[in-house]
Amino acid sequence: MTASRHITITASALLVVSMTASLLMLRHLDRIRSGATLQEVLYISSPKVLKRLSLGYDGLLADIYWTRAVQYFGSKHFEGAREYALLGPLLEITTTLDPHLTVAYEFGANFLAPKPPNGAGQPQQAIALANFGIQNNPDDWKLYNELGFIYYMDLKDYPHAADAFTRGSKVPNAHPWLKIMAALMAEHGGDLRTAQMMWTMTYQTSHDKNVRANAVTHLRALQVDEDVTTLENLVSQYKQRTGHLPESFGEMERAGWLSSTPVDPLGHTYKLTPDGHVEVRVPDDLPFIEKGTPPGYVPPSPKFLPSD
Amino acid sequence: MSGRIAHIASNTFREAVRDRVLYNLIAFALLMSGAAILVGQISIDIERLVVINLGLTAVSLFGVVIAIFIGIGLVSKEIEKRTLYTVLSRPVRRWEFIVGKFFGLAGTLMVNTFFMALGVFAALFYVSRHFQRADAWVLVALYFIILEFLIITALALLFSSFSSPLLSAVFAFSLFVIGSFAEDLRGFAAMTHGLTRWLATGAAYLVPNFSALNVISSVAHEQPVAGQLILANTAYALLYATMALCGAVLIFERRNLK
Repeated sequence: MTASRHITITASALLVVSMTASLLMLRHLDRIRSGATLQEVLYISSPKVLKRLSLGYDGLLADIYWTRAVQYFGSKHFEGAREYALLGPLLEITTTLDPHLTVAYEFGANFLAPKPPNGAGQPQQAIALANFGIQNNPDDWKLYNELGFIYYMDLKDYPHAADAFTRGSKVPNAHPWLKIMAALMAEHGGDLRTAQMMWTMTYQTSHDKNVRANAVTHLRALQVDEDVTTLENLVSQYKQRTGHLPESFGEMERAGWLSSTPVDPLGHTYKLTPDGHVEVRVPDDLPFIEKGTPPGYVPPSPKFLPSD
Repeated sequence: MSGRIAHIASNTFREAVRDRVLYNLIAFALLMSGAAILVGQISIDIERLVVINLGLTAVSLFGVVIAIFIGIGLVSKEIEKRTLYTVLSRPVRRWEFIVGKFFGLAGTLMVNTFFMALGVFAALFYVSRHFQRADAWVLVALYFIILEFLIITALALLFSSFSSPLLSAVFAFSLFVIGSFAEDLRGFAAMTHGLTRWLATGAAYLVPNFSALNVISSVAHEQPVAGQLILANTAYALLYATMALCGAVLIFERRNLK
């Protein structure tokens, strides 16, 4: 074997060994420094400084920060976190770097506004974000819709919601539903029907599969709330007529009070408890329901089932 | 005269190709295909934006790096290898040498940009499945990037005509960074008074204004670019590049090559 060949073989072997060893060592380092690489730190927190540092390539930096915000929210949401300390600053940086990145306002406000574990529980920051979006994109009706949505859903502030929908309805090419929503807010802010219309509009106006799945999940929850209220009223009336609670829905069916055994939006039959309450069979599959859960039930982090 | 300039330009182009400058296209292709596939999975609703923002940013930065690092060596390398003496001993004037070098590198950058533009549009088609009218503005952004290259190439040649390669790179890159802040500089100048104001304003207008040439973010949002801006930017870039090139010619004409 020539000297040159000997060196080639030795160096190649050494290369493979050192590469493998360094990978293993890195994995070991990751284990002993768990979480160290994912600290909740923004090394540059000033959006203005970042904009300067981008040397004019702020569009790309905004895309990177938006992806970072999505990943941050997604990972925290998956963990069922109740604190989202970096979400607001990440969205502020994203929208300062690119004030026309409307997707960041629309989704960002949706991340910020809902109460944990569904969101960060920061509706005021969500409103500030939506208003900043409107300021920079006054002709985008979806941002007014988003603002009205937050006032309605998270703050139950119907006058402000009506105002946001009204302003949005005046934007050129605005969705005609905005006028209807404005009127509904002004007259029947807290109605179940209003909520159903709101989520139906969200479903129909979005092309994003996650937003549509979220809307369907809420619509299912509203359907359950309505079904449970109706069924419990019926059970109460049955008791008044017969002097006793029904043992099952089958009993009510045989007595002609129901045409069939009632089922929830996922096709499971509702459960009638001995004390006359109505419960869903699998509450974990129906996030956001406010009625029909067993006593002491703690909902898990919501999972959005397919919309179709 | 034009034949000699064209000859020097084509040699400069061939030399750049021999130096494997176009290898950056491989890195660019990997970057674009990676981004087009990956972004849809890790972000929300910005696939098209990322392809345009990342694509045009990469075209611009790759080009700036090539313009600076090739540009600074255009003159010094010829002196170092003593090939300059062979060239100048023929009926070639010094200014023809500088102008030829400029067109050679500008041509290299244009060819490079053409192939990168094909990559950007291919990635755009991959994520959108169709082209739309607004995509035509991407061509305007690419045109502005080429104008930017002309200025940087001329500046790199200017510095290369009197300084060492290392210092030329530092000067050219510094001017690129300062030029990106040109509008801020004018804002700062407006805040001062008296003589300082005049000096600061003069300095702010002397550095190249790259921010006017950067429309990447707006074309990514499908915003049109005004025809007046296209004309004004074209005139500005050509004038600035001519100015820097004249400076390079003047210095090189008087340079003692012994």
